[in-house]
Amino acid sequence: MRTIRAVAFKEIQIYFSSPVAYIVALIFMALSGFFFVRDLGNPFPEASLSNFFQGATFLLIPLAPALTMRLLAEEQKLGTIELLLTSPVRDWEVIIGKYISSLVFLLFLLALTSYYVILLLVFATPDPGPIYSGYIGLVLYGMAALSVGILTSTLTSNQIIAAVVGTGILVVLYATAFISEVVTGVWANVFTQLGFTSHFNDFDSGIIDSAHIVYFLTVTALFLFLSIRALESRRWR
Amino acid sequence: MVSDTGPTTDNSVAELPPEDVMIDVRDLTHYYGPNPAVENVNFTVRRGEVLGFLGPNGAGKTTTMRILTGFMPPTRGSVTLDGYDVVEKSLEVRKRVGYLPESVPLHTEMTVTNYLKYMGTLRRMNGRQIRRRTDDVIDVCRLGDYHKTLIGKLSKGFRQRVGIAQAILHEPEVLVLDEPTIGIDPIQVVETRSLIQDLGREQTVVLSSHILPEVSMICERVLIIHEGHIVAADTPNNLAQHLRGVEQLEVEIGGPPAEVLPVLRSIEGATEVTHHPRPGINAYRVKFREGLDLRDEISRTVISRDWSLLSMQVNSMSLEEIFLRLTAADTDDEDFA
Repeated sequence: MRTIRAVAFKEIQIYFSSPVAYIVALIFMALSGFFFVRDLGNPFPEASLSNFFQGATFLLIPLAPALTMRLLAEEQKLGTIELLLTSPVRDWEVIIGKYISSLVFLLFLLALTSYYVILLLVFATPDPGPIYSGYIGLVLYGMAALSVGILTSTLTSNQIIAAVVGTGILVVLYATAFISEVVTGVWANVFTQLGFTSHFNDFDSGIIDSAHIVYFLTVTALFLFLSIRALESRRWR
Repeated sequence: MVSDTGPTTDNSVAELPPEDVMIDVRDLTHYYGPNPAVENVNFTVRRGEVLGFLGPNGAGKTTTMRILTGFMPPTRGSVTLDGYDVVEKSLEVRKRVGYLPESVPLHTEMTVTNYLKYMGTLRRMNGRQIRRRTDDVIDVCRLGDYHKTLIGKLSKGFRQRVGIAQAILHEPEVLVLDEPTIGIDPIQVVETRSLIQDLGREQTVVLSSHILPEVSMICERVLIIHEGHIVAADTPNNLAQHLRGVEQLEVEIGGPPAEVLPVLRSIEGATEVTHHPRPGINAYRVKFREGLDLRDEISRTVISRDWSLLSMQVNSMSLEEIFLRLTAADTDDEDFA
């Protein structure tokens, strides 16, 4: 536990002292703010965060891999991985520690967006249910997106490649909803179930379905497991 | 002791009681792709010994060290450290090893103290041990003035010290140092060597180098490794002696060569005396049988004849020469045995 905490704590410190993380935060806040206000100019605007949630899932596709790209790729580039892996630390402790640090930064980002909630509460009377469920869904969605980024960062020493490939995988997981529209029968269902979008939309509507929770946690666990395996395998390469 | 091809073995410590063996390497082979980086390497390291790996770049030193430290498993063969197999019991091995990789990879965005505390936690030290040892190693490695400096702002020499500091932080039983004096200035090289010698009094140290005098200065035993094979293994002195075979003296004598030569030849034990005149100096090379020391006899003789003895030195082969002779592909073999 202490080693996981040490790895995570070190990375969190670097997040909060590096410009990249702040640039990511800036982009996220600026664009998600745009999504938040998009429909507020309508004659009968809805006091909800739905637009923000939908926009945030879209924004996380490039931003989650941007947050995680450094975590393992840089250690491999600089060679510090050699000291990390010759310390008495298990491979899974390294991956989990790194992952937790990215998750903490994501939670920090989402905490910043509570500004939108405060605005709604001041100027309107929003329905609190979908706000709670939406945030739960967004955290789960973010957890899965970050785990994809961790895997691609483990596989390469090049941060750019890690980010691009991570984004590519997330685009595929996001776009399966569109594929399911053009295919028919069983396959339509398979593609719907496979991707992130269909599982997130219920949260946005105020529904907390345990099936969706299990889906996101399973995806997260799968990609973290693959990351641990990838880290182990780099010893054999 | 010396072979050019096939399995190579270090027999110099063949018969050690098991409790004295710190590192035991058996038939170690590692391939990168189709090419072996090391092949059928065998050696043992005694507890408390300072062992030097000597070899040109690409000889297989780093590969061997990476396997010793549990960074990567060997393709074939077994390595045990303090009785623990580096593959099966990797975690136990890693607890006992302090490692300084050749490139000295450090987290440049951390301060020296924070970095050492981080490494301490990774080594599973508790809070009190970390505080005590961090102060200790900052002291030992003379980093006192820089403990709050970002590692990225330190010079190469100081980074090297931080690298050594993290390697000794957890008081490991085995210290593995890959090229510990590469790329730092001469004064720091001297300091680093004496630091390693101090550490070697209490710990088992395995270090690699391609600087020969350095290895002969620090190490009790030297393994010469070339193209993935051990080509020689012995103490620096024995290695030099073994390859020298015949002892040789260079003497400069002020006196008429016509008289000096026959006198030198008449000395008991001298097998061959040659005259090498240089402008203003008459130098003689005296070869004699192994195990003899003719210096005493020669100086007495010269003085009793009222000549002057200008200089005299034992012309032993430096490790550099040994190394070249062992590794040069076109050297004649009869010189070796």
